[in-house]
Amino acid sequence: MKKMLATLTGIALVVSSAIVMASESSDTIKDPAEEWQHLWTEVLVDLYILGGIFGALAIYWLFKYRAKDPDAVGDGPNLSRAQVWAWAIVPCVLFLADDLYLGASGWSAWNVYRNVPENAMEVKVTGSMWNWEFEYEDGTTSTYDVDGDEGEKGDGLVVPVGTPVALRMTSTDVIHSFGLTKYRVKEDLMPGRVTYIWFYPKEEAKSWVTCTEFCGASHARMYAPVKAIPQAKFENWLAKRAKEEAEE
Amino acid sequence: MSAESEKFNLSEWIFTTDHKRIGVMYLIGSIAAFGVAGIMAILIRIEQSSLGPTLADDALTAGQQYNEWLYFHGAAMILAFLIPGLTGFAANYFLPLMIGAADVAFPRINALSVWLFWCGIIVALLGFVIPDTPDIMWTGYPPYSILTGGNTAFYVFTVHLLGFASILGAVNFLVTVIYMRAPGMGWNQLNMFVWSTVTAFVIQLVFVPVLAAAVTMLLFDKYLGTHFFDPSAGGDVLLYQNLFWFYSHPAVYVILLPALGILYEVVATFSKNKIFNYKAGVYGGMWGVVLISGEVWVHHLYISGMPNWIRVGMMISTLLISLPVGLLAISLFGTLYKGAITFELPMKYAISCLFLFLIGGLTGIPLAITALDLHLSETSFIHAHFHYIMGIFATFSVFAAVYYWFPKMTGRMFNEKLGTIGFWLNFIGVNVTFLPLFKIGIDGMPRRYWNYEMFPQFETWHFVAMIGALLVAAGMLLTVSNWIISAFNGEPASDNPWKSKSLEWTHTVSPPGPGNFLKPVEVETDWTPYDYRK
Ligand code: HEM
Ligand SMILES: [Cu+2]
Ligand SMILES: [Cu+2]
Repeated sequence: MKKMLATLTGIALVVSSAIVMASESSDTIKDPAEEWQHLWTEVLVDLYILGGIFGALAIYWLFKYRAKDPDAVGDGPNLSRAQVWAWAIVPCVLFLADDLYLGASGWSAWNVYRNVPENAMEVKVTGSMWNWEFEYEDGTTSTYDVDGDEGEKGDGLVVPVGTPVALRMTSTDVIHSFGLTKYRVKEDLMPGRVTYIWFYPKEEAKSWVTCTEFCGASHARMYAPVKAIPQAKFENWLAKRAKEEAEE
Repeated sequence: MSAESEKFNLSEWIFTTDHKRIGVMYLIGSIAAFGVAGIMAILIRIEQSSLGPTLADDALTAGQQYNEWLYFHGAAMILAFLIPGLTGFAANYFLPLMIGAADVAFPRINALSVWLFWCGIIVALLGFVIPDTPDIMWTGYPPYSILTGGNTAFYVFTVHLLGFASILGAVNFLVTVIYMRAPGMGWNQLNMFVWSTVTAFVIQLVFVPVLAAAVTMLLFDKYLGTHFFDPSAGGDVLLYQNLFWFYSHPAVYVILLPALGILYEVVATFSKNKIFNYKAGVYGGMWGVVLISGEVWVHHLYISGMPNWIRVGMMISTLLISLPVGLLAISLFGTLYKGAITFELPMKYAISCLFLFLIGGLTGIPLAITALDLHLSETSFIHAHFHYIMGIFATFSVFAAVYYWFPKMTGRMFNEKLGTIGFWLNFIGVNVTFLPLFKIGIDGMPRRYWNYEMFPQFETWHFVAMIGALLVAAGMLLTVSNWIISAFNGEPASDNPWKSKSLEWTHTVSPPGPGNFLKPVEVETDWTPYDYRK
């Protein structure tokens, strides 16, 4: 009954959140990373409950029903026709309710993941064996050389704090994948196709993008820093990068 | 291998059409594949155990050799160990005995199938002696598998041979179960293992051809210049992934179902109990899995840039797998209820499998949810999930099977003490190896990475995982040597040491001779293989 209620609430939530989302203004941007964390906690509770029930029953039974003498035989119940059906249908309904509840939560999180906020800054990402190239809206580019000397590696992906960042991604050779652990997002880059994801850097932070689709000998060395810095610093950095590039 | 065995004659084994000998040949081949793939696993774990190249001087060599090991490890474990171990060895040896048949329907096709299997293993191993070892992971995604200098052909031909062996097996066993059951044996009197094999082979029959087609297209693209997967010439990069997982998700059930089938047998025998809600387990659980197995493959492409509607749709269908799998879990766990349980070695493995099944199955749930998977996909979390449910769970069920039926196959008892030490090494070892991977996976450790210099905080856990792997290696050595030594020198065993009610124990000697039964088997209408109260 609880699960049923939870499911109905779940469905109601999705419908209402869709309505809210449609009417909301863009100043309340939802952060995919937060949605992830929230949903993850919810699912963990579910897993602990399910695991707890099956695990505890198994342990209890293993203890309680150990054979008292070597010739003992079991005494499992003979189910009547109605019991056979009940033991199939009731668990199925419970599992189904749980599934729909999780599915509903999963769907609303998915909407956050896929709907890019209007004020997002767009960066083009190109993956190739084996490096990342980032191109900003003004055409300035940035990369990262894992084998470069200290101080000469390049800056990787630099973004301003407080602005959602939308990545438009493609590959020049094989499939790569843009995995950004800190912001809980990941999507493949493919030759001949364009994919997108977005993330929301809300405070200053340094993290790493790692390639998360197998792409050959240096797959595990295809990474670059992702730095979120204050808006003013970001603008300085971009201007400096643009000048460097003009000189190159 | 029997106690009073005549002189060993190799050609008699190679040209045999006896399903029991064919089963043993499947067992030897798959354990050999397991051994080689296991050595690769140890090398992988050692490479990862410290930051920077551990088993090579420079990064490029470290990366290349790591990829070659990992390719072989994955491909061999799934295609050459688990699938043939479960549907080749276990089904061949025991399914005809369980249904009271003298052999399979087409004994000579059965022999062809095991030859193809051995050829597949040889081709896979040849990959190591040719100059350009395949390095494409067991998934073989293009364009990389086409552009690489490695010899993708060896992967393709291995898949062809093993796939063909499996299709022949599927036809053979389905016909055998339909037409060769002992007189009087109705559908609801079959062993759970028989049902699990039937459903697994239905899946193989439907889906293997799709995999064969996909890898054949790789072959054409790489060596004949076609462009199935090349977008610059009008091909589609994602087509392969769709075809591959259209087979390979169902393939996880080809492993899961017979593994569960074995556990039902072991749990029922050592609880001296009937299966709890047999019909729900068979018709709801096993056939439910068959029904849903083909509609969920996109959960392996959540991060691949598939259209949103299909990513959400397949989230729902993937979550729905919990219905049949839940029914299977209830009837399996429920078989303990009011049992008379004893804890011999096969049962120890079976109980540990219940634990592994819970961890592996439950961690599948977050992965089914698209938004959560966008973070967890391609991390160590995935790695740990499928090792729990597939790697270790199914492997332990093969071990349970070998120990359970050891007295039947050899007429001798294994060494319980040695086996128990091996069991604890294995069980502790796998958990020490794989539990940390859940943790570092959530924290962002990517999968298929020999190098993690950007995440140095993961070094300790990688080191712990290597220790675990070494424990497992020791446990496996003990286990396999126990089998070999006991097969020749173990104490003689009685025909039914576990006092099971299943036909392979009650109606024939250990090991069964040619033709299996001394006189044709017939069963009563109220007979079942789990009839302990009579
Ligand atoms: C109980 C329900 C299960 C669910 C909901 C589930 C879900 C998933 C999902 C969504 C993935 C893909 C994750 C990704 O790559 O991003 C995955 C990976 C995997 N699962 Fe499961 N799974 C379940 C059970 C199983 C079982 C029973 C097996 C094997 C017997 C299995 C074997 C695998 C394997 C081998 C992979 C990794 C494949 C690869 O990318 O190489 N899973 N699982
Ligand atoms: Cu890569
Ligand atoms: Cu799957």
